[in-house]
Amino acid sequence: MTDTLDRAPAPEEQAPRPGPVSRLLGHQLLWPVVAIVVMLVIDVIAVPSFLDLRVQDGHLYGNPVDIVRNSAPVMLVALGMTLVIATRGIDLSVGAVAAIAAAVACTRIVESADEGAASAAILACTTALAACVLLGVWNGFLVSVVGIQPIIATLVLMVAGRGLAMLVTDGQITTPSNDAFSGLATGFVLGLPIAFLIALGMVVLTAVLTRRTALGMLIEAVGINPDASRLAGVRARTITWTVYVFAAVCAGMAGLIIAANTNSVNANSLGLWIELDAILAVVIGGTALTGGRFSLAGTVVGALLISTLVRTIPSIGIPSEANYLFKAFVVILVCLLQSPRARAALRVRGRRAASSKAVAA
Amino acid sequence: MSATTVPNPTTWDRVRTYSPASRYLPVVATFALFIGMFGFGGISYQGFFDWQVFLSLLLDNSFLIVLAVGMTFVILSGGIDLSVGSVVALSTMIAAKTMEMGWSPYLSMATVLLVGTLLGTLMGVLVHYLDIEPFIATLAGLFLARGLTYLISKNSIPITDETFVELAFASITLPGGYYTTWTVVIALATVVVAAYVLARTRFGRTVYAVGGNEASAMLMGLRVAVVKVGVYAISGFCAALGGLLFALYTLSGYSLHAVGMELDAIAAVVIGGTLLTGGRGFVVGSLLGVLVLGTIQTFISFDGTLNSWWTRIAIGVLLLVFVVVQRLMTRRQS
Repeated sequence: MTDTLDRAPAPEEQAPRPGPVSRLLGHQLLWPVVAIVVMLVIDVIAVPSFLDLRVQDGHLYGNPVDIVRNSAPVMLVALGMTLVIATRGIDLSVGAVAAIAAAVACTRIVESADEGAASAAILACTTALAACVLLGVWNGFLVSVVGIQPIIATLVLMVAGRGLAMLVTDGQITTPSNDAFSGLATGFVLGLPIAFLIALGMVVLTAVLTRRTALGMLIEAVGINPDASRLAGVRARTITWTVYVFAAVCAGMAGLIIAANTNSVNANSLGLWIELDAILAVVIGGTALTGGRFSLAGTVVGALLISTLVRTIPSIGIPSEANYLFKAFVVILVCLLQSPRARAALRVRGRRAASSKAVAA
Repeated sequence: MSATTVPNPTTWDRVRTYSPASRYLPVVATFALFIGMFGFGGISYQGFFDWQVFLSLLLDNSFLIVLAVGMTFVILSGGIDLSVGSVVALSTMIAAKTMEMGWSPYLSMATVLLVGTLLGTLMGVLVHYLDIEPFIATLAGLFLARGLTYLISKNSIPITDETFVELAFASITLPGGYYTTWTVVIALATVVVAAYVLARTRFGRTVYAVGGNEASAMLMGLRVAVVKVGVYAISGFCAALGGLLFALYTLSGYSLHAVGMELDAIAAVVIGGTLLTGGRGFVVGSLLGVLVLGTIQTFISFDGTLNSWWTRIAIGVLLLVFVVVQRLMTRRQS
């Protein structure tokens, strides 16, 4: 788990192969998955028909589909954030970037000659993502070339970004009417929501790029020690730069999906606090904020956990506004589980209890 | 300086060769920026060059001044506090709700300050004793405070308590026919107290030491734990006090108050010349930083042709300039 690298190998860990049960118990995704299952069980107890799926017009409907679909924006943002955090950085501007992408796309659609045409939607989304590339290049430049701490460098765009988005929409709530565009969030392919397929596609693409090539290892090397990796011949600067561009593009996609979901963009509130949700998803997934290691599967589980949580709270009769409260507890819980000091304290207590039991026996 | 090589420097020589110590330079730069902006406003817009404009600047930003003071402590110690905006919202909500329930306004205000300080202390404990990064610990605080606010009420609650409203509207007449309110007095008093604590007390010196190098501070036998938990408690207290000033300003409690205000507070501290890596900076700089942000807002309201979102863009640009300059300065020194 978090401290496998620096923990001295204990005798029992030198066993040639741990059994499947202990491997499962030691897996870092065990607890997030258990949490999701527990929440689903609570849902089913509260609302027995919670997990029912029904097919309507060849599409799947039901709460599980909603959970999966609603997890798409956070999953996309968290995907980019995972790589940024792996290089020991952080990107606070993703919410603002999402707002800018949505603002650009919606204004382009509204301004185009034929507002309902699919080509208008494609052109608008491409323009929006191109704008995101520029924003990512900007963030990456500040971090990798100027050498500003990531948290501060991206804070600049976080502060100014919503202003830029308002500039694009002229301060109005822009509402495009384009079926192809709203299909991004509400459409289905093969019975599955398009939004989720986009997110999943990006995750798979990233997984192949990072785990089937050396790229993932290089990113982790930069996160562990940028100077050492540069001396070892890794292009640390280029990798850092690329990662911020990637994060901005992912955030832009998330912004497009959010805007398509409501067919509107409000530059002030779109994607508000999504950076925090994304960081939460990454942390739940076991990627440490200190960089040097990342888990894409963990991020997917983290995003699903947040989405399940948001769905569970109203279904068991708690006002949905309370989900901030639950998120706070999740943050603290996850951090306590990951904090070496808290784990050490727990371990000592556990050992003491075990030895006192042995003495009693 | 070079004046020491001259056998008998005249007063003029001293003035001519005077340069402020390098640690004061960022604050001096912010001060010059503020004076320059104010002067520019005075030339460009009619009626800008009035003491009352300056006093309104303080009045409209009194809560932000208090927040920035608390944030200065945290940033000086090398941390960051993302929760202050949410704590402001929570404070307005607790004040509004308790007064609606018929509590005495004094009891209500004391409760607000206590809750804010407790929340801050809690985050400090997470940061120091459990080794959780300040960013994440205060993120939890952000969610917690915002969630509690929603839990108390989704809707805006007006504050109608007579004593509280009286306090909000009580104005202090200054010589020359100008007036100000108690919120400004409280904000400026906070700055003075904070400046004294940082410059003249053992606690203040330890804050700088911890921000400069925590390991060294620990080896020197300084009370790192007290300071690291203390700065978050101070920030929580300041956020609660800022929340009370905000409640006096808006006379309501609302769960969507002060969204993103933590960014303004951080921006003000950075523009005020405090290094984000900790260890260097002054509370007075943060006050000037808030005034600079406020002046931008005043510009935009005086101009009339500029839209409100230019405020955010302008703050972003200023933040960028200051961060890059800071970076260049620290690079040259190292």
